[in-house]
Amino acid sequence: MNINLTLISQAIAFAIFIWFTASFVWPPLMNAISERQKKIEEGLAAAERSKKDLELAQARSTDTLREAREKSTEMIGGAERQAAHLVEEARAEAARIISQAREAAEGEAAVAAQRAKENLRDQVASLAVAGAEKILRREVNAQVHAELLASLKSEL
Amino acid sequence: MSTGALTPTTYINHHLSFFAKPLGEGTFWTLHVDSLLTAVLLGVVGFGFLWWVVRGATSGVPSKLQAFVELSVEFVDDQAKGIFHGDRHKFVAPLALTVFVWVLLMNAMDFLPVDIMAWVYEHVLGLSNWHSVPTADINTTFALSISVWLLMIFFSIKVKGLGGWIHELFCTPFGSNPLLWIFNLMFNLVEYVSKPLSHSLRLYGNMYAGEIIFLLLGMWAATGLVGTIFGALLGAGWAIFHILIVVLQAFIFMMLTIVYISMAHESH
Repeated sequence: MNINLTLISQAIAFAIFIWFTASFVWPPLMNAISERQKKIEEGLAAAERSKKDLELAQARSTDTLREAREKSTEMIGGAERQAAHLVEEARAEAARIISQAREAAEGEAAVAAQRAKENLRDQVASLAVAGAEKILRREVNAQVHAELLASLKSEL
Repeated sequence: MSTGALTPTTYINHHLSFFAKPLGEGTFWTLHVDSLLTAVLLGVVGFGFLWWVVRGATSGVPSKLQAFVELSVEFVDDQAKGIFHGDRHKFVAPLALTVFVWVLLMNAMDFLPVDIMAWVYEHVLGLSNWHSVPTADINTTFALSISVWLLMIFFSIKVKGLGGWIHELFCTPFGSNPLLWIFNLMFNLVEYVSKPLSHSLRLYGNMYAGEIIFLLLGMWAATGLVGTIFGALLGAGWAIFHILIVVLQAFIFMMLTIVYISMAHESH
């Protein structure tokens, strides 16, 4: 068990191996490992991001769907209201036309009745005058008694 | 191996001696070729494997091999992250990985059956007294711990400056009163001496003791059939337990390395 030259030679071998490991083994392996760690980290972050994106998109699609449904309900309601309104308007118009027609008919009828009445009056008057003429041929002068006859006609 | 009588002493001595090559005068100038060559081979194989996998590393879906390497590296990196506060990727974490992988591989040489390996070394490769486990050689563990110790001092001075480091030697942990300087210094010196000693001797002791127990169990086989059976059973049990020790000691050595280096970065 002597301390001898072996010690120094082993120390030199040790130094060479340390140098070798520190320059050719450790750095490339550590680079590979840290690069892989970075890749995994990025991959995880990307997955997280896309998950969030998906959630956002889902929320957005739900919103859009709900909005569309609301809008369509609104539209249906509007259309129904409009239809009801149209029907109402048509009904009112029809009533108006009917009453107008009735009024016109009534007016015409009244005018016709009036005319008939006047005709009748005229005829009665002329008939009366003719009768009276026949009776009073001699005594009555048509020209003298025209005023009297007119007042009689208006009284009829 | 088999020149002379095979006694327990020669058996153990044979297995615990190194393939030493003298390079000069005195006991210091010898080289344990077996420790050095095994350690370097294991390092080349281990770090070569890592490099080969890392070279084809992708940041996409990793292959099974890359996943395994990443798992091991992240295990080491987690330990470094827990202890060291600062940019660990520049030096501390790679250092910890180097220590862990290398020590683990060197410790794992203990799993090779001693006697079969000795036969292979001697009769196939023509190497006598070839020792398999580099970490059961105190030179290897001290080489590691003293390197870490020097790095610790280097980072202390680099982070705190030479003045800061000397200030810390004299003024911590008791306080900056001049009366306390000598106690602080002694305390710090004890700490500086004990760190590399405990660091290396813990690993060395565990590996050395593990080998000795394998050898003692192997020696039991020499006493007859019953001894052989019990020796084999207990040897298997010890080998299984040794899996824990091998990994645990590599882990402890790495953790202490990180702790020492991070302590050097922090001011008291």
